[in-house]
Amino acid sequence: MVRLFHSFRWAAACMVLCVVLFSRVSLGEEPSAQAPAGPPAEPEAMGGPPLIRRLTESQYRATIADIFGPGIPIVGRFEHGLRADGLLAVGTSQAGISSFTFKQYDASARGVAAVVVSEARRGQLVPCQPRSESGFDEACAKQFVQHYGPALFRRPLAAEETQRYVRTARAAQRRLGNFYQGLEFALAGMMVTPDFLVRIERTVPDPKRPGRLRLDAYSKATRLSYFLSNSTPDGELLRAAGAGELDTDEGLARQADRLIASPHFEAAVRAFFQDMLEFDTFGELAKDPIIYPAFNSTVALDAPEQTLRAIVGLLVTQRGDYRDLFTTRSTYLTRALGTVYKLPVATRNGWESAQFPAASGRAGILTNISFLALHSHPGRSSSTLRGKSIRQVFLCQTIPDPPNNVDFSVVQDSSNTAFPTARDRLEAHRTSPACSGCHRLMDPLGLTLENFDGLGAFRAQENGAAIDASGTLDGQDFRGGEGLGQAIHDHPRTPRCLVDKMYRSAAGRSATPEERPYVDYLNQTFQADGFRVPDLMRAIAVSRSFYAVSAPAGAITAPQRAAIQRSNGGRS
Amino acid sequence: MKKFNRRTLLRGVLGGATIGVALPFLDMFLSDNGQALAATGQRLPVRFGTWIWGCGFVPERWIPATTGSDYVLSPDLEPLTPYKSKLAILSGYDVKLDGVANKPHITGCLGLRTGIPVPNEDVRAATLDVLIGDAIGTGSRFSSIEVSTSGIDRSYSFRAAGSPNPSEVSPVALYQRIFGEGFQDPNAATFTPDPHTMVRQSVLSAVADDRQRIMRNVGAADRRRLEEYFSSIRHLEDQLALQLQPPAPVENFTKPEAPPNTPMDSEIGNVMVTHKLMAGLLAKALQCNQTKVINVLLSDTTSNLRRAGSSTTHHTLTHEEPVNPTLGYQEQVGWFARQSMLAWRDFLDAMASIPEGDGTLLDNCLIFAHSDCSIAKAHAVEGIPMMIAGNAGGRIRTGFHLAGRADPASRVGLTLQQAMGLQVERWGVQSMETNRTIAELMA
Repeated sequence: MVRLFHSFRWAAACMVLCVVLFSRVSLGEEPSAQAPAGPPAEPEAMGGPPLIRRLTESQYRATIADIFGPGIPIVGRFEHGLRADGLLAVGTSQAGISSFTFKQYDASARGVAAVVVSEARRGQLVPCQPRSESGFDEACAKQFVQHYGPALFRRPLAAEETQRYVRTARAAQRRLGNFYQGLEFALAGMMVTPDFLVRIERTVPDPKRPGRLRLDAYSKATRLSYFLSNSTPDGELLRAAGAGELDTDEGLARQADRLIASPHFEAAVRAFFQDMLEFDTFGELAKDPIIYPAFNSTVALDAPEQTLRAIVGLLVTQRGDYRDLFTTRSTYLTRALGTVYKLPVATRNGWESAQFPAASGRAGILTNISFLALHSHPGRSSSTLRGKSIRQVFLCQTIPDPPNNVDFSVVQDSSNTAFPTARDRLEAHRTSPACSGCHRLMDPLGLTLENFDGLGAFRAQENGAAIDASGTLDGQDFRGGEGLGQAIHDHPRTPRCLVDKMYRSAAGRSATPEERPYVDYLNQTFQADGFRVPDLMRAIAVSRSFYAVSAPAGAITAPQRAAIQRSNGGRS
Repeated sequence: MKKFNRRTLLRGVLGGATIGVALPFLDMFLSDNGQALAATGQRLPVRFGTWIWGCGFVPERWIPATTGSDYVLSPDLEPLTPYKSKLAILSGYDVKLDGVANKPHITGCLGLRTGIPVPNEDVRAATLDVLIGDAIGTGSRFSSIEVSTSGIDRSYSFRAAGSPNPSEVSPVALYQRIFGEGFQDPNAATFTPDPHTMVRQSVLSAVADDRQRIMRNVGAADRRRLEEYFSSIRHLEDQLALQLQPPAPVENFTKPEAPPNTPMDSEIGNVMVTHKLMAGLLAKALQCNQTKVINVLLSDTTSNLRRAGSSTTHHTLTHEEPVNPTLGYQEQVGWFARQSMLAWRDFLDAMASIPEGDGTLLDNCLIFAHSDCSIAKAHAVEGIPMMIAGNAGGRIRTGFHLAGRADPASRVGLTLQQAMGLQVERWGVQSMETNRTIAELMA
């Protein structure tokens, strides 16, 4: 069988792609050198389409805990989220609800509802007592539905909706003979509706800009709340939405500041970075136990937590500069992690704050196990995977897939003693024209982390040869993990990438071309505020752009069109 | 007089041409087929499955030297000797890219499962297991069950982009899902419908009744997503309705014991154990009508299989291992490819170990096994190895090696759909679009 594989074409395509990319990287869109004097002003709000976003797993959990109190067990299994434009938060605007997923939501809803009306909890969680447990108390059922309905649907219920769930409760009570079981099934029903499971954004005509739409107050409250607290709007926010306070700059700022000051804000920052750093994939991380005996389920659990603690400590607690994440020696350790880092940990169970010693070669989150182990193979490190992740995760650059005909067999021959280290083996990437375009973007970055093995433990040698950890990033030469961290810290794309991702995460989509001036404004604000992440989040949360809606003509529905005409006083 | 059946009819239509044309599947064509009838006189259901292994094959070790029914099994197919008559070996069928960028290990796999090559995982049509499940899967508790046996939750079963049917990775969890809460033993002496099930039905129908209000202000793409949500509700309602009916008794069925906890990772020894346990549970699930569609992922398409203590995986070996000059191929890659075929035999063992009607469960199944590429080193989607096992209750012919000669792989997908009773005449797009079934496969 003689078959031709179109390797050359693809190799050439890949090379061209990467060369194009590379030139974009080096010439790059730098922040404008001449920043305007005074605080930057928000440009005209453009907005994007209204979205339908599924709650993420962490949002679902936080929402249940906020509505019913902590300690309500959640059964049911959440499948992997969909990652789009680098974020699960964007995937929530695209993911569907499959039959499997719906069943999980159903199981979870019934589990929560059963606990809420259980004898142990009903005194606390059911807002009224029925006249009798065996009969149906319509007033109490109505009170129950009206108590939980707005919290679950993030808006007031229409009278017919209240009636629907009261009827459900009555039907269940009749069949099962118990009032609380009636409430149980009414609640379970509310918890599997799209109103609860997905954030359906609704629009209203913008009175300040005739002919245009904006989010309605409750959709606004929902965006604001999930962005700043990773959870459902609380009673105060729903009240402010109902009172029209979110439509004024002062009212919006008051609510944003309240949420940023609340303990939930930390959860929102965590959720964002957990998503950006792809920690959802940690659960499936496999390491060969013979090669990495120190790796176990505790390390797999503690490693991402270590990085998240460092992030929250620097960005939220200390209100530090985002770029310092890549250079800080401050970190947090458990004993399990100490085994891998070869650092003493006094605390027997739990966390303690620590410093990476200067001699450790470690500084910044790129030298954490969470990064080093996640972007490695089960049995060895990978400069390519690490380099690729640095580009994609922290610099928002895309590396194309490898060409089709990939043959590294000559250099990977283990009997070939001419190539003992990863650097020797990867040299082939740079000499092969099919590979060099992309690999010279990835490898010189990843190779600077070669002093850390596939789990993240330090090593000076590989296969008996000393490791050369020198590398380069877009023209800057450096050495080792510390040098890499400093280079990322100093790279102009680093803060811009964070701004891009933060807005993507908040809005559930990438910025549209029309929003470019707004993103530039956010970049200027971020820089002017000393790269403080809470300030960036506040700037987004109080901006008009964040709540604006662009609706291309075809996307405006008939009721919306009618509403626009009404708001225009009949002029079309 | 010559027996009248589908095959002779087609022959007559085409004057003996070796390609088939698409005809709607007619039940009458089945009725002269005794295989599907059990002793009870009840028709045994026909089931469908897919079985994926990653990183292709070593062609000279896998492709039999000759075609037809008297072919000799190749070295890597030799472990399948007991199933030679139950297998159709399909070599030389291509995924045609038509200029679509080949995402390594993804485009080939999803291309042959959807008939449309895509440069990423955003499928543009449902995978054929879903299409077939919609036709044959109604009336069972699960529309399909997916498993992945190498410790990684991946799935190549999609109804639409963005919502794959997720895989079970643990045999214990798989057991719980099938035989835990909600399982009704078909041979139990008594049956009492659960009043809670009736209440759940009415709750779901109340939620579904609100469909119009929710759809009112939604754009087209989001409408599709919400349609999926509402069809998921309907599906659960159907399942609950099923639970209110006493299950039909099943011959030779006993509920299996719960499996032991096993390490879930990609080390080949663990994978073989996990796979065997899961294959056994799936066979039992098929036997007692819990589902009619299964999807098994032995190793991810970027095969994560590895040997204990080795710094490389099957996938990295395909790109890094030098060709052994004596053997003429990559020796370790060949080892993993052969292990994959040993696992495939384990799977067929599980299906064939369950007696059903005059034969075994396997006779009433159609299992479609395939990889994501042919030569993994080159990510080649030309000549992706495929196999069909089982006779689908007499609807499919096996026992031969067929060379595709660079025909589009969609011909296989179209044939499978028609064999499973779908009214589909043509399938795939551009060079993958075809209305030519594979006549040799149609019984």
